[in-house]
Amino acid sequence: MKTFLSVLTVLAAIVTFWYAACVPMNIKGVLDAAERAGAEVTPATSKARRDLGSFGLVAGNTFAIADTFAQDRPRLPAPHQVITELWKTTVMKKVTSKRSLVYHAQVTLNATLLGFVIGTGLGILLAVGIVHSRVMDMSVMPWAIVSQTIPIIALAPMIIVVLYSIGVQGILPKAIISAYLSFFPVVVGMVKGLRSPDAMQLDLLKTYSANTSQGFWKLRLPSSMPYLFTSLKIGIAASLLGAIVGELPTGAVAGLGARLLAGSYYGQTVQIWSALFAAAILAGLLVALLDLIEKLVLKRMGMGS
Amino acid sequence: MSLVILAGVAWCVGWWINSRLANSAASNTRAIKLLVPVIFGVTVLVVWELLVRGLEVSLVILPPPTMIAERFANSLPILWKDLFQTFLKGALSGYIMGCSAALLMAVAVDRSDFLRRGLLPVGNFVAALPIVGTAPILVMWFGFDWQSKAAVVVVMVFFPMLVNTVAGLRETSAMQRDLMQTYAASYWQSFFKLRLPAALPFIFNGLKISTTLALVGAIVAEFFGSPTVGMGFRISTSVGQLALDMVWAEILMAALAGSFFYGTIALVEKSLTFWHPSQRS
Repeated sequence: MKTFLSVLTVLAAIVTFWYAACVPMNIKGVLDAAERAGAEVTPATSKARRDLGSFGLVAGNTFAIADTFAQDRPRLPAPHQVITELWKTTVMKKVTSKRSLVYHAQVTLNATLLGFVIGTGLGILLAVGIVHSRVMDMSVMPWAIVSQTIPIIALAPMIIVVLYSIGVQGILPKAIISAYLSFFPVVVGMVKGLRSPDAMQLDLLKTYSANTSQGFWKLRLPSSMPYLFTSLKIGIAASLLGAIVGELPTGAVAGLGARLLAGSYYGQTVQIWSALFAAAILAGLLVALLDLIEKLVLKRMGMGS
Repeated sequence: MSLVILAGVAWCVGWWINSRLANSAASNTRAIKLLVPVIFGVTVLVVWELLVRGLEVSLVILPPPTMIAERFANSLPILWKDLFQTFLKGALSGYIMGCSAALLMAVAVDRSDFLRRGLLPVGNFVAALPIVGTAPILVMWFGFDWQSKAAVVVVMVFFPMLVNTVAGLRETSAMQRDLMQTYAASYWQSFFKLRLPAALPFIFNGLKISTTLALVGAIVAEFFGSPTVGMGFRISTSVGQLALDMVWAEILMAALAGSFFYGTIALVEKSLTFWHPSQRS
């Protein structure tokens, strides 16, 4: 309860700060529009206004403050503008419409999930290989760790274009980017998890004369679950990032990344912000879902706290 | 065709050497531990080269490593300029600003239990979001040059760094804090002598996560608009011209910069947190 209250306080502080920031950010645009409409503005020319700081403009034109929250293309849209736009593009539009954010989110989500499944599947397989084969451990593991220090997302534009040139397009190229972004965190986390049983437990299984596969299914895999879920949560966030970035270089027509790009081309700031929030909500939902599954699984396994 | 067979042979030879090395008695020595991944890397490169040449893969799909190396060596001046623009101006300045802002914020938040309780869940949530999506907005606000890239990096590294530092500052036990109290240590004395050193492993964890994020942020932000220099710019334009050897050279440069950046932070960590169990083994 106390946590809930303090979270609410922090959120309220953020929203207040956001509203406050709208005023100096948008005042210039509002005053330009007001001047064109024939209103009295304190420094009369737009050049004089440019020389004056934003805060000076606010102090001189207090009447315009209300308008800074209701511009068409503000530099910083107010929270309620973003929420209205989100409402308009999700609930008020048909899901199949190209203007519906649900449609775009679903395009991105498909690529994310497909990539996530491929990436984590391969990642877990490689981790199993690494744990059971010393050669693989020594040859591959250092590279998997190094790969986490480099911005592999830089490969994204090339993958899209190369796959396009050999005739593969649509969901698959984005999914491949998502897959390799989620692949390495899962490998590293899963190797740690499969190695988490201590020597005592491994020895116990040996005294039962358990073979390798029994040791894997009955000890290593169950005890790796907490590690697996931690890396899955990192992996899904990375997958979503990959799918969004994968939509940028080709100027894709559908998807949250495409909405971001189109918004930035046409200066539709409200559209950018609502796409951004849609992406954030999507990421939040995916992580929360994994969190829930983790709680249920760990509880059933008797590992829940 | 013979090249393809040769590639298969090269793979088997590399794997055979590695399995001999890994299962030999000396496999725990430092030299072998370094040698095995290097042999694996070289094997992959050789197989890549032979397969691309043997199957005559088109250059616009996958150039062979020798060509990438040649392009890398020939365009060092361009690569260096891009690195300077993206890494030093964009990523590094944003990294320093973002990490120090997060550190100061964490110290401020840590003094109030209420704030910490509220900020940690929010910070954890934001750290999982695709923050890089703010890039188009920040490019619009700060222009095409490095300032907007630095701003993206600040936003990206802030929350992971904040969450880690706040968690680190909680690391000391009640016993240790009581001890400082019995010494009549002031808040700042106990902060600098006890809590900050105890938080260092966490702070460095945040710093290390942030190195990768900083480069990712700076490169992706360039996809949304940049001056005609920079790694992200070069990658997206070279992809457009199907000059894939240049793209790979740029990726190699990004990889080198990323590992160098991470390695530097890891070295500093080693010298500052030598007392921590994870560094002693």
